[in-house]
Amino acid sequence: MSVRFTIPTALCALLLGLMATAQAGFLGQYEVTFLCTMGVYMILAASLNLVNGYMGEFSCGHAGFMAVGAYVSSIVGVFLFVPDQVFGQPWLPMSMAPLAFPIILATGFASAALVGLLVAIPSFKTRGDYLAIITLAAGYIVKSALENIEAVGGPRGFMGMKKVVLGMEEMFPMSWMLLWVFGGVVFTVWVLRRFVYSTYGKGVTAIHQDEVAAEIMSVNTNKMKLVAFMLSSGLAGLAGGLYAYLIGFVNPASFTILRSTECLVMVYLGGMGSLTGSILAAGIFTILLEFLKPLEQLKWVAIPMLLIVLMQFRSEGIMGNRELSDVFPKLKRFYRFK
Amino acid sequence: MLDTIIQQGFNALQLGSYYSLIALGYCLVYGVLLLINFAHGDIFMVGAYVAFFSATALLGQYGFIQPGIPGWVVLALTIPVTMLLTSGVGIFIERVAYKPLRLKGANRLYLVITALMMGIVLEYGNLAILGASRKSFPSLVPRVLIEVGGATVTSLKLAAIVVCFLVFGLLHWVVTRTKLGMAMRAVSYDKFAVPLMGIPLDIIIIFTFFLGSSMAGLAGLLYAMNFPVLDPFMGALVGWKAFIAAVVGGIGEIRGALVGGFLLAFLEVTVAATFSSELRDLISFSILLGILTWKPTGIFGKPRTTKI
Amino acid sequence: MALLEISELTQRFGGLLAVNDFSVQLENHELCALIGPNGAGKTTVFNLVSGFYQPTSGFIKIDGKNTRGLKPHQVTALGIARTFQNIRLWKDMTVLDNIKVSQHYRLGYSLMDSLMRTRRYADREASIERTSMELLEFMDMRDLANEYPPNLPYGTQRKVEIARALSIKPKLLLLDEPAAGLPSSDVVELIRLVEWIHKEFDMAIWMIEHQMTVVMSLCQRIKVIDFGATIAEGTPEEIRNNPVVIRAYLGDENI
Repeated sequence: MSVRFTIPTALCALLLGLMATAQAGFLGQYEVTFLCTMGVYMILAASLNLVNGYMGEFSCGHAGFMAVGAYVSSIVGVFLFVPDQVFGQPWLPMSMAPLAFPIILATGFASAALVGLLVAIPSFKTRGDYLAIITLAAGYIVKSALENIEAVGGPRGFMGMKKVVLGMEEMFPMSWMLLWVFGGVVFTVWVLRRFVYSTYGKGVTAIHQDEVAAEIMSVNTNKMKLVAFMLSSGLAGLAGGLYAYLIGFVNPASFTILRSTECLVMVYLGGMGSLTGSILAAGIFTILLEFLKPLEQLKWVAIPMLLIVLMQFRSEGIMGNRELSDVFPKLKRFYRFK
Repeated sequence: MLDTIIQQGFNALQLGSYYSLIALGYCLVYGVLLLINFAHGDIFMVGAYVAFFSATALLGQYGFIQPGIPGWVVLALTIPVTMLLTSGVGIFIERVAYKPLRLKGANRLYLVITALMMGIVLEYGNLAILGASRKSFPSLVPRVLIEVGGATVTSLKLAAIVVCFLVFGLLHWVVTRTKLGMAMRAVSYDKFAVPLMGIPLDIIIIFTFFLGSSMAGLAGLLYAMNFPVLDPFMGALVGWKAFIAAVVGGIGEIRGALVGGFLLAFLEVTVAATFSSELRDLISFSILLGILTWKPTGIFGKPRTTKI
Repeated sequence: MALLEISELTQRFGGLLAVNDFSVQLENHELCALIGPNGAGKTTVFNLVSGFYQPTSGFIKIDGKNTRGLKPHQVTALGIARTFQNIRLWKDMTVLDNIKVSQHYRLGYSLMDSLMRTRRYADREASIERTSMELLEFMDMRDLANEYPPNLPYGTQRKVEIARALSIKPKLLLLDEPAAGLPSSDVVELIRLVEWIHKEFDMAIWMIEHQMTVVMSLCQRIKVIDFGATIAEGTPEEIRNNPVVIRAYLGDENI
């Protein structure tokens, strides 16, 4: 078998295995939700790594983009498939839901990418600490805008997405969310990997290391920033959409600074500029969150403390800026990425 | 009409005083270390709690001091105690978490992350130790109502405003007239030249954290006296806002912190008075975002030219 | 038509007049120098030419095209490459990647191509990889392709930076103090390298340099500026004997 097919085969096997164990009842609702949350965090971490890791900026408003994606895909889904007080009768029969779901997620992606402009355009002139504030303010703006739109429930939040998921499950009883989240993670890593490994995408790394040199050596820095910010926020929107359908309920309070901080923690835990690092860190982080649940409030003392200690002794995170294949070069023999 | 405007004006001045006092702390630390001390908002919260515990202890709540000390004496003692203890917390964090990283020459981002984490530790540490119940601050001095142009202002409110300007004046004097203050300004330009001038870098950094944190402590005390309900997350939002104010003013420039703090407060009060208080954050942040997009280094900030 | 035409160029930074009424014309394949004491405004001229600053007044034309309003990357795409006084290689990228990324302006594929890994992407990436390796081969640095710049000796880093500038295939190469910080043995090598580049690649070279040995042995024409204004111009011999230059710049230094 050609090494070209190693990764696709492994992914298919993993997905089939997961779906089958879920189907056979070995994974209960709790486990499935846990795995899906992990997947959502993986998307968040990997997408933020593009801006904070590869481009070396400090964006602390990732939750804002996630919120946009979550709300837009929720609204589109409810508008299309669920009878609602505000949006009226459904436009499409529920049987279309599995087909339309990727499109619903895509609207979340696109709208979050558009809101990413809010940060991308100021980034042309500003960088570093000032840009950090702009991202922070952007996060606040999104959150308080959502609190003020009565049609989506204001501060109370918006729901109805569960019905879409239930509708899909009625048509064919399986863990649809597991499938979608898995697809989302694969899509994210696929897009980001291809981007950052192309000479085109390496322009982003060049900006990180020396923006002046990048601009003078013919990299269109403004365009690269635009692409990086929009891609990153779009993928956060995708994560938001998945999150909304997973929980079945969104409210502005789910997208606070604390959520953005979680994303930051994962990126720096995994290592700036390492996709495998982000994925790994997101996995560890979700497990940690779950594991430390009995600690209740102290959980949020323990996790930051852990990161502080990590910063002291291994500032570059778990992986630094290396990928798994750099740590274990022999792995390269078994697979090939295009 | 006019009295409402004056009333709101005082509200804005009071709010601006807290923002400015906290923003000054952000500003000083940034000016010296080029570090956004994200934990600073929570230092403000710590200040409020320290004030609470010292005031109640002095009032005889815990038994080791006999009750009966008059309120104004308690207040007079609480102010220095709060400032000292709070600055102790600030300096402690600097020594334990920031300094080792600095010595290793770690990327500035790692310091920022550490600061961010420290803030969360303070918030949730407080929540875990003291529980979710809110503390209400004892009233130490009687509230006196003062009539100004048809509007009534409490003496505490006026005190907050006056203190803010006094502190700013003092700080301005420190950074422009004293040797240590001038060294603080010099450090941000050349970390290596200043020690050559006879002042150890460590002293400057400790002094900076002392100034910044004690002002946050003072702000916490004033805030607690005016809005006597304390909770562990009170510092988070106020802190973030003060930080944004500092940046809009031009971070690293103490005039900027003052102007930024009052600008944000006036925006917020105006928006809340003319539209609704729900739109307050949305509109004021959008305006600030606009200011930063138009003038990326803030109102007083000077762009640092990149040398090629 | 001149390759580079600078006319009455003036640049102010607040009250400071960094460049004052500076004019020069460079022809194809010329090799000339810009010298002057420290702070005379030499690097500012280069920054203006590469589009990093917008001039206060005056104009810069490259092949007759006015560069006012162009971003640095657009100016570079017109065929102007440069090196920096302090080496500015991308430190966490291999030498090969440094060279590849510098060809950003002629990548010839879009974001979508890179995500979909289209035919065009594959062709263009292969071609960029090939030209980059050829350039490294040509400059005798093939074995350095996968090294990271900070691991290389200073002189080699200079050479890599020059290679990176050459990968742009410029018509005009601006060298900002290429000999700065080099030991004297490397300076001789650098002179040979610049001579060789000038011969092999069809381009004009304009350099700022303090070391007179470099300037005098390489350049056909020298322009001297001080306080932002031209004070002398001519062949190495003329400059060497110009009393104004000697007073302003060379002082009692022996050439």
